[in-house]
Amino acid sequence: MLNLELFTPELTLAATAIVVILLDLVIPRKGWLVVVSLAGVVVAAGFTIAMWGGSSQAIFNNMLAVDNFALFFKLLFLAIAALVILASVDYVSKFSRFQGEYYALVLLSALGMMLMAATAELISIYIALELASISLYVLVGFLKDPKSTEASLKYLLLGAVASAVLLFGMALVFGFTGQTQLGEIAQAIQGLSLSGVLDSPGLILGMVLMVAGFGFKIAAIPFHMWVPDVYEGAPTPITAYLSVASKAAGFAIILRVFYSAFGLPSWLSLDWGFIFAVLAAIGMTLGNVIAIPQTNIKRMLGYSSIAQAGYLMVGLAVVGFSPAAEVVGRSSLLFFLASYALTNLGAFTAIIAISNKVDSDLIQDYSGMGRRAPLLALALTLCLISLIGMPPAAGFMAKFYIFSGAVQHGLLWLVVIAVINSVISAYYYLRVVKVMWLGEPASEEKVPSSGALRLALSLSCLGVLLLGVIPGYIMKLAEMAAKMFAF
Amino acid sequence: MDFNYLTTIIFLPVVGAILIAFIPGLSGRLIKRLAALFTFVPLALSIYLFAIFDRSGSAIQFEEKFSWIPAINAHYHLGVDGLSLPLVILMALLGFLVVLISWKIDLRPREYFAWLLLLETSILGVFCSLDLLLFFLFWEIEVIPMYFLISIWGTGRKEYSAIKYVVYTLFGSAMMLAGILSLYFATGSLSMVDIAQGGLVMVQSVMPVTAIFFLLLIGFAVKLPVFPLHTWLPDAHTDAPTAVSVVLAGALLKMGGYGMIRLCVTIFPQVAQQYAPLLVAFAVVSVLYGAAVTLRQADLKRLIAYSSISHMGYVLLGIFALGQVSLVGASLQMFSHGIITGLLFAMAGLVMHNAGERDLRKLGGLVRQMPIIAVIFSVAGLGALGLPTTSGFAAEFLVFVGSFSSTVVSGIQVYTILGVLGIVITAGYILWMLQRVFYGPALEKFNGVKDADILERVYMFVFVAVIMLVGIYPAILTDVIKTGIMPIMGLLGG
Repeated sequence: MLNLELFTPELTLAATAIVVILLDLVIPRKGWLVVVSLAGVVVAAGFTIAMWGGSSQAIFNNMLAVDNFALFFKLLFLAIAALVILASVDYVSKFSRFQGEYYALVLLSALGMMLMAATAELISIYIALELASISLYVLVGFLKDPKSTEASLKYLLLGAVASAVLLFGMALVFGFTGQTQLGEIAQAIQGLSLSGVLDSPGLILGMVLMVAGFGFKIAAIPFHMWVPDVYEGAPTPITAYLSVASKAAGFAIILRVFYSAFGLPSWLSLDWGFIFAVLAAIGMTLGNVIAIPQTNIKRMLGYSSIAQAGYLMVGLAVVGFSPAAEVVGRSSLLFFLASYALTNLGAFTAIIAISNKVDSDLIQDYSGMGRRAPLLALALTLCLISLIGMPPAAGFMAKFYIFSGAVQHGLLWLVVIAVINSVISAYYYLRVVKVMWLGEPASEEKVPSSGALRLALSLSCLGVLLLGVIPGYIMKLAEMAAKMFAF
Repeated sequence: MDFNYLTTIIFLPVVGAILIAFIPGLSGRLIKRLAALFTFVPLALSIYLFAIFDRSGSAIQFEEKFSWIPAINAHYHLGVDGLSLPLVILMALLGFLVVLISWKIDLRPREYFAWLLLLETSILGVFCSLDLLLFFLFWEIEVIPMYFLISIWGTGRKEYSAIKYVVYTLFGSAMMLAGILSLYFATGSLSMVDIAQGGLVMVQSVMPVTAIFFLLLIGFAVKLPVFPLHTWLPDAHTDAPTAVSVVLAGALLKMGGYGMIRLCVTIFPQVAQQYAPLLVAFAVVSVLYGAAVTLRQADLKRLIAYSSISHMGYVLLGIFALGQVSLVGASLQMFSHGIITGLLFAMAGLVMHNAGERDLRKLGGLVRQMPIIAVIFSVAGLGALGLPTTSGFAAEFLVFVGSFSSTVVSGIQVYTILGVLGIVITAGYILWMLQRVFYGPALEKFNGVKDADILERVYMFVFVAVIMLVGIYPAILTDVIKTGIMPIMGLLGG
């Protein structure tokens, strides 16, 4: 049975992408491309919401899971795509050509990520990942200036290596278990005795290589080398897109794979839980410390995103350490991803608006923004406060939720490292705040912003505040989503 | 109770802040009037609460409880008891008075008053929260307005002081967050009330309670501050604008003392008893070290800032003497220090503003130009050194009597006597300061310096009235405080 109706969000998105490219050929007013893209995203989101809460099931011979977990991520990616498209309008209108391709690639990449959240089979995981990645490689190089090209090439080469490593890991796991479907891999592993696994380190090696392959996607240390250069060189809306959507997709797939395939027996999950705990500790410390001397705000946010990946991996460690029945690790991770997505999108949208005018990404050029653009500066301040993890912004609740799970499973040491890291991070985030509000403006000229940008910015800031003050509802959704489909 | 008094008191200032920040085209005068309005109403309401507060029992009153985040069992839970009500009134009072003190602010008034009002909301929230997450939320929010207030409207090395303040505070609250999370994990509850009522039974088995106690204590000790975690205080106080110094010394430091009583002592009475000797020793060091360093200060504001360290040492002494009288004394000392040091900073601000000088070596003879300020400054100074009929006397007397007779710490008599020596040094630096500022030969350069104007006299009068009222009739507060301390004594088994 094909069950195509469960595949409607993806089909809608693919169709929209094709329509956008075709429309670009015939219509002279490119504004319509935005409208069509957004309409496609909204329709796809509508289909997704309609499926929410239904019973979990698998389609296409157990290749794709349609469960609340996948639906949660699909909604997240659609929301991110919509905000990125809104934030891109000004940016893209400066291009003379290829506007249709830009929006189509954003949509296709979102499609790839949606598939990543849903796939439950190694080969389709790989295909979904490549669909998302290849679209992003092109988008990163879209500016065609030397920096953008360098970023794109770097991203492509390192991404290809990561894919190869991932494939190798998958091959080892397949060779060891004889299965590509996650549920069947899990059964094969559970059917083994302890010594049976220990005698064949191939499985463990496969697992570790998969951590490395996925680690590239989520910018985990030591697979983070591409982040600062790519963030700096890419068009800013794409940087925003990379920093949230690509990372969320990486976490979605890690959760799915490690939870479904390697979740049991518990000593195995303790093993990878510990790997993630160590990566988390190193990642947040290194990311935060290197972020301090940065002078380019996009680079700074690049390192900040490495640190944020560290906090998120605390959640992965919790998943590894907690019994399979408990949802707190997974649900707190989902909540953190949602709040991080809104926060970072808000920050980047504000940066897009400001750099449109001042034409620079250097922090010192943000001097006096508090007077030149009070609302933009206020929004950026809110997002930076959220990134520090201070109330009343979403970042605080997200950290509280994720850390409370960690304390519950004996990871107090990791939590102490994480909270001290939050203090370190306050230093460089607040430096931007300081420059904006305390510095003397270079000119008295106001900074204008377009309607689309303002809409994207107010939506994300509103989300940041809502998640920070009344997070109950989203937490409940995250809890529902955390109950994954079991094969 | 149908009307949500506490919610109204806490959130009116922030409503004012939003109005001030976002209504376009407000004039400076209108902003100040709005700020005054939105701080006066909470003050009036809190005095009304004080009047109708039931002094016969020791229950938590004016409680409000709603489910907030079901996923982690967090509630929007507010309430006051005898311990927190005086501090709520203190903050509401200072919140209104600092608006008056700030009346001459002309630099970016819109932002200034918005931040000031947000600051008031967060401190009031800390004193009223009965849910740990809510408590921590308000505790953290306070940092942001403080950062802006010091770094934009401050003087001297203001940006350095502001970031130093933020880093210290965040470090303390990071420890506190780890403590709160451990508590939550150990008890499955975020309600201070439930945890205090024996939710700790199961903690013993999973994680050393002592660790949680100290994680929380570090957070509060940074704020109080306790030697050697105090070094942010002189910088922040000195470089902050006058009104912010008043709030900082007057109400913000009390968050530390309040947290120690509310969480450390109430939830971990046994651990508190076990480590009381150590903490009492730290208290005495704070008192003597703070006083000794104060003696050497040549900057008017820095002098008052260091005196706070010494005075907060008394609070720590009173708390960890763990006797009923000493705890009441510590709570009263928090209130009294808030008013007295608030007034000292306000007066120091006036001297600086009117005379344009804050270096004690260059000041002198000002009593001729500003007689009223001189008198009020002296009253505040006498309060600080604990002269009878001022609130400072009542509070310090209770602390000393209480700790001297405490049975929890052996040899506390010695500590107490050492602490009393601090009073002597206090008398020294206060009187010397007054002498250097106001007396001696009149200096020509200060000719034409103005005295306090009408508005300034009004708030001076309020400060002095409260100091005298509590000094002459301390029972007006101690009756209330006692109802908050009684249940803690029950926990301490004394």
